[in-house]
Amino acid sequence: MNADVISIYKNKIAEKNGGQEKRGRIDIEGVSIIFGSGADENIAVTETSLTINPGEFVCILGPSGCGKSTLLNSIAGYVTPSSGTVLVDDDEVAGPGPDRGMVFQQYSLFPWKTVLENIAFGPKLAGCSPDECSSIANTFLAMIGLTKIANTFPGELSGGMQQRVGIARALANYPRVLLMDEPFGALDAQTRIMMQESLLNIWAEFGITVVFVTHDVDEAIFLADRILVMSASPGSVIADLKVNLERPRKPELATSHDFVELKKQCLGYIRAESLKAFEQVGA
Amino acid sequence: MNVIGKSISIDRQTSDSPVEKPGAGNPLVTPDSVKKPASHSNAQSLLLWFSGLQLQSFFIGTLSLTVGIVLWYLATKYNFNHFINFENVPSPLKVGAAFMIQLGDPEFYIHITVSIRRILIAYTIAVVLGVAIGVIVGRSKLARAAVIPYIEIIRPIPAVAWIPLAILMWPTEESSIVYITFLGALFPIILNTLHGVEQTPDVLVRAARSLGASKFAVFWHVVLPAALPSIAAGLAIGMGISWFSLLAGEIISGQYGIGYFTWDAYSLINYPDIVVGMLVIGGLGTLSTYLIKLMMKPALRWKEKQR
Repeated sequence: MNADVISIYKNKIAEKNGGQEKRGRIDIEGVSIIFGSGADENIAVTETSLTINPGEFVCILGPSGCGKSTLLNSIAGYVTPSSGTVLVDDDEVAGPGPDRGMVFQQYSLFPWKTVLENIAFGPKLAGCSPDECSSIANTFLAMIGLTKIANTFPGELSGGMQQRVGIARALANYPRVLLMDEPFGALDAQTRIMMQESLLNIWAEFGITVVFVTHDVDEAIFLADRILVMSASPGSVIADLKVNLERPRKPELATSHDFVELKKQCLGYIRAESLKAFEQVGA
Repeated sequence: MNVIGKSISIDRQTSDSPVEKPGAGNPLVTPDSVKKPASHSNAQSLLLWFSGLQLQSFFIGTLSLTVGIVLWYLATKYNFNHFINFENVPSPLKVGAAFMIQLGDPEFYIHITVSIRRILIAYTIAVVLGVAIGVIVGRSKLARAAVIPYIEIIRPIPAVAWIPLAILMWPTEESSIVYITFLGALFPIILNTLHGVEQTPDVLVRAARSLGASKFAVFWHVVLPAALPSIAAGLAIGMGISWFSLLAGEIISGQYGIGYFTWDAYSLINYPDIVVGMLVIGGLGTLSTYLIKLMMKPALRWKEKQR
């Protein structure tokens, strides 16, 4: 589709990394995240180690409260692990930064900035001139097919449109990885499916590493190369499943044999976990 | 980069761009999730309806004021005196006549300009200090712990209660009046700024940080704009209260000013001028508050358009 965007994007990344092709490899090494202390101590993530390969689309799947968002936040840099390290392309994560794009479940566009200004915000902070900023923003806006709404405020847009702008805003920083925290959770079912397909298109074009948190089994299977199933209390990865479904993926896939088998497997893990939690509460 | 998205237009009826090719190869193009506002004719009728509503409320407002003036007139004409006494209250006609006479008197304009000048000085200082204090207190726990007790104790003290101390503290009468006016405007501005800063959505701060914003950039691009609607409300309330306080100051001391004019008329048993003074105060207060709201409007354009 948009060869310009892609080539600009790839050059920019190579330039940033001194000509090397660093493409967003994530290493999580022995990470534990503990909130509070004493009686209030809450182990959100315990002793987790995993590697996410460059360009991989990984879904972190689990019931609510299993620490999947916390794990994502440790990659984003909002949460510092109590022990262990998180590395992105061998650089230790020390705080949030523009090299890791973030898309939130809640609408997070700046309501006082227009759509164009929202997308241009990252480039502006990176020191681009106003001309460069608006040209980058326009490029990404064209990519998501929303040039017509450049000068409208987010409050005028539907939830789906806002999330598309949110994705464009994160990508406009030329990040190494795209971190998504249940980004389509608030959307209706139809919009959700459209957004999933669109996201896969973007991912296919850019080849960017995506870490996508969800509690929806269908969503995880439809999107991912690999699903990490997390269990609650204490949060840890209990299964690492390859999704060997052919791409590009179409919604019809949801009824195929392989999809259903994988779904059964995921649901089994999640159900076992939920039951455990349920019984613990009951006891 | 000539690929413009599929026809995602705000108003589908006007989407006539030939460049648009539906479908293929545009990631993130979802044909639904587009807000579909009312069609053109609907929008127009909506506008008509709205302006009709405005016209209607304007008409009702005028009618209501007229009724009030007529009741006032009747009460003074028939010397209404049951619990409330209208015998010494000037009639609207007398007040109107007195107002016309004052309009021809140059001194009347001096009273008004002196009051406006005091408001401008006091209000400007209150805005600068109030917003600064509100922001600092909202962002720093230390500042908050240190400043809030002062605000809690001083805020309930009415402007009139400050008058004796203000006269003793400040070198000139003028500065004591400005001080009292300033205090009136200060607290609503501080408190509204503080409130606005505190309610900055956390997700926006996190988003800004992940886009590479420094602490200052977060403050400038997120905290301040998020607080702006609340600050604007504080500025409007502060303006109203500064008039309120100015009058208290002017009644006790000073040689000029619209408050002095009103009180002077009372001392001289010139009852119509009392009401002239009161109405001028009301008019100036309303006008200045309106001007503040008008000035803040461009900065809050995004707020109006929210669904």
